[in-house]
Amino acid sequence: MLTFIVRRILYSIPVLIFSTFLSFVFVSLAGNPVALLNGNPRIPKNTIHLIEVQNHLNRSIPVRYVFWVRDLFTHKLGNSLLTFQPIWPDITRTLGHTAQVIIISETLAIVLGIVIGILSAIRQYSVFDYISTSFSFLGFAMPTFWLALLLQILFVDIYLKWNVRIFYTSGLNSPGQGTWSLDRLQHIALPVMTLCIISFAVYSRYMRASMLDVINIDYVRTARAKGLSDWHVIMRHVFRNALIPIVTVAALNIGGLLGGVIITETVFSLDGIGFYFLQKLQNGDLYAVMAYLVVTAVIIIVFNLIADILYGYLDPRIRYD
Amino acid sequence: MGISIRASAMTDPITPVSEDREVAPPQQTVDGVPIAPVGGLDTALDQGLEVKARSQWNYARRRFVRHRLAMVGLVVLIIVFGAGIFANYIAPYSFSEIDLTNLISPPTTVGHHFFGTDAIGRDYFSRVIYGIRTSEEVGVFVAILSSLIGLVVGAIAGYYGGVVDNLLMRTTDLVLTLPFLAILLTASALLGQGSQWRVSIILALLFWTGLARVVRGIFLSLREKEYVEAAKAAGAGDARIMFRHILPNTLGPIIVNGTLAVATAILIEAALSFLGFGIKPPTPSLGVLVSDAQANPQQWWLTVFPGLTIVIIVLAINFVGDGLRDALDPTQRRVRA
Amino acid sequence: MPEPLLSIKNLAVEFKTDDGIVQAVDDISYDVFPGETVGIVGESGSGKSVSTLSILGLIPQPPGRIVSGEAVFKGRDLLKLKKKELQRLRGDEVAMVFQDPMTSLNPVLRVGNQVGEAIKAHYPKESDDKVKERVIELLRLVGVPNPDVRYTQYPHEFSGGMRQRAMIAMAIANSPSLLIADEPTTALDVTIQAQVLEVLKTVQEETDAATILITHDLGIVAELCERVLVMYAGKIVEQGDVHTIFQNPRHPYTIGLMDSLPKLTEDEDWLRPIPGQPPSLINRPSGCAFHPRCFLSQGRLPCHTEVPPLRSTDVGEGHLSACHFAEELVGRRSKFAQPVGAS
Repeated sequence: MLTFIVRRILYSIPVLIFSTFLSFVFVSLAGNPVALLNGNPRIPKNTIHLIEVQNHLNRSIPVRYVFWVRDLFTHKLGNSLLTFQPIWPDITRTLGHTAQVIIISETLAIVLGIVIGILSAIRQYSVFDYISTSFSFLGFAMPTFWLALLLQILFVDIYLKWNVRIFYTSGLNSPGQGTWSLDRLQHIALPVMTLCIISFAVYSRYMRASMLDVINIDYVRTARAKGLSDWHVIMRHVFRNALIPIVTVAALNIGGLLGGVIITETVFSLDGIGFYFLQKLQNGDLYAVMAYLVVTAVIIIVFNLIADILYGYLDPRIRYD
Repeated sequence: MGISIRASAMTDPITPVSEDREVAPPQQTVDGVPIAPVGGLDTALDQGLEVKARSQWNYARRRFVRHRLAMVGLVVLIIVFGAGIFANYIAPYSFSEIDLTNLISPPTTVGHHFFGTDAIGRDYFSRVIYGIRTSEEVGVFVAILSSLIGLVVGAIAGYYGGVVDNLLMRTTDLVLTLPFLAILLTASALLGQGSQWRVSIILALLFWTGLARVVRGIFLSLREKEYVEAAKAAGAGDARIMFRHILPNTLGPIIVNGTLAVATAILIEAALSFLGFGIKPPTPSLGVLVSDAQANPQQWWLTVFPGLTIVIIVLAINFVGDGLRDALDPTQRRVRA
Repeated sequence: MPEPLLSIKNLAVEFKTDDGIVQAVDDISYDVFPGETVGIVGESGSGKSVSTLSILGLIPQPPGRIVSGEAVFKGRDLLKLKKKELQRLRGDEVAMVFQDPMTSLNPVLRVGNQVGEAIKAHYPKESDDKVKERVIELLRLVGVPNPDVRYTQYPHEFSGGMRQRAMIAMAIANSPSLLIADEPTTALDVTIQAQVLEVLKTVQEETDAATILITHDLGIVAELCERVLVMYAGKIVEQGDVHTIFQNPRHPYTIGLMDSLPKLTEDEDWLRPIPGQPPSLINRPSGCAFHPRCFLSQGRLPCHTEVPPLRSTDVGEGHLSACHFAEELVGRRSKFAQPVGAS
């Protein structure tokens, strides 16, 4: 198991190098930070030149990439070229906010999705199954931004009409309120709801399909032939086996989401890492964008690894050596 | 953003290729009827001929037509996409025509503003219909282009293996480790936004990997099969084997994947345009319309109609895709018990 | 004659499919007596498995449906039992061994646990240690080497033959009085088949359970069974004790089945496969379902207008055949005239 993990980590290093280099080339070509400075008449040409030299902007892109990798390790992802501020604190702060939203919404979605998925599989073609399947089809077809906007419009309307503040529709906190407060919960409720609905559609559908796949396999019949009760058959022989693919899906999904819920955070102006990325991309803040891409790539690789480990833990047929 | 996972939810990238796939050539069934020494030869032949008459495609069509949701989806899709294709004839106004007497009006039959008008008096029904046209163009173009790329790369990788195969697998690994939407946004920032064709090409360049893996898997497993060996022994060239003997087996997954890719492309194009990194005004796309609507949150129709249209299109395509999968790709069919 | 252990009367089972209603089992009746071994023979799709699975409530309903009939086991009609009662019976008094040992064991649970489950399901108060002891003893009985090591292993660490042994151990865990073995050796290699059959024989002697052996392999029938039922298209077409059937078959389908088998002990010029394919159970051929493939019918009218009843023949009281012209088969010997079982 340990050798497997080490090998996977070693294998992801070249992948990471290649993907960051590719992104670096892309991002460098996409935005020229000096052009922005050049556009500002109040900054003297000398200063701009100095900045160029200091940040190696006058060198070729591959050379700049090497300097950037050095900064990555020595200066914790380096400084922004536009604001000259260190990037690391921004990343940790925004990632924390994103994580808070993701953890709450995914926990809810997984629990709900699995329970509903099981129920609709064992009552296949019932009214309940029909309703929950329709709901998850709808969730699949729903653009995230539209769902987010609808929720926002709804709660803005409620506030304007009756002057009740149930949930806030943008931002993270009212002034003077902290991370673990009711106020925070009121702020992140709508983003959580948006993500929860979308993820729920994924999980419940997968769980239902997975249960139905397993329910028809011979060993379930064996279990029934042994005289186990329906409850035992479902819990011991169907649920456990059906869960295996879901765990992988969930781990990958959470990894992907931590990589930034760009749309949801943007709609609700939530100070998360996805919103951060979008703003920096719009400003052409090269190194901030790169920092984001590295961090999310690492997160995704880690969660891929977690998915594989969990898979092996749940399915004894998988061997890692 | 869950787009990548949502797309793959429909199309399992590792399609198990089971024995079922080989049943295609109907003449095999005729061969399978033994010559009877005692009697009943006629009936045996009759049965064989009957089997021959019903080809694989006939079965597929029958299964598809029986899939009720798929048929509903197909009808809805024909109506909605038809409206997009014939936007010039159906839309009461052009997408940029301004009606100054009706600024930001809610849906009304006065002046045929069925979906109301926007902040500068443009007919919203017409804008949505032209938006459908943009979305369907993007969706279909991305699906076709990415299917072609995926098919070619997957076929070469699966058939020849070696370097190409390795390269393909590493590239797809790479794409999987990157945050999908972020890469798209970065790519659009670089390659320029605005034209729907540019956006489509960017999407297609990131979409082909899933199908390539599926096609690769089919080629990989079939190139070892007896009938391919037999064709080789009979002196068939690589091209002939690939096109005549293996390619037909990939058609099912390609059609299913391609159909679902239309839906995913439409969703992602809308998301990109919504964030301002996709299609730019004045071309109306459904994503652009929802994005613009943010300026008028009190005017519900501006948000609801284009968004609902996206939902209906994607839902219809998913239904059709499910039906196609049931019909064309029996290996992926769920046992209905 | 002793009381039958299981008495099935007029059982009919159908399945609803996309293409129409499939008559899987069509009005069959038979008895199983204590301690005897009955073989049910037929091609795939002849309804031989469904006829037993359905009485234990093991066919998925829907799409399956038991249309009519009764199945009296120890004085109780299984088809009228409540779900819970039937569940209590399964794995305790009636146990099953299934065809494919690869898929019939749950891949993520240890083999020992899966066998133990069969005991726990019926004796929940039994202590874990006791159950484990009993499971290891059972594994030893069915010939699994190193049972205490094997106890903690997963199915994928077992070979096909070993898995089937584990399945048998599971089935006999509670000393059932009826054991139903559904193609227990079909999925195995020939050498392994012989071993597993050996195990089945031992187990039978050990537990004295009546056994229903479902198979398409007449060799196995000859070796293990005392009585045979031949099924075709959901109906019993011939029934009798094993020697009579092999010596004096009275149904053209039975003869066809026997003649289509190679026999190694004789010089053979040809095999005689049964022409055509098993009929569709949705549009069953009129009259005798076998008539389109029958060498005896020669297009005679009754064969495709009248459904032949299962009736006794010239061979004797216990021998039944469902052929209009069974008597014409007198003197017609199959290749198996010298029964394999006797050699």
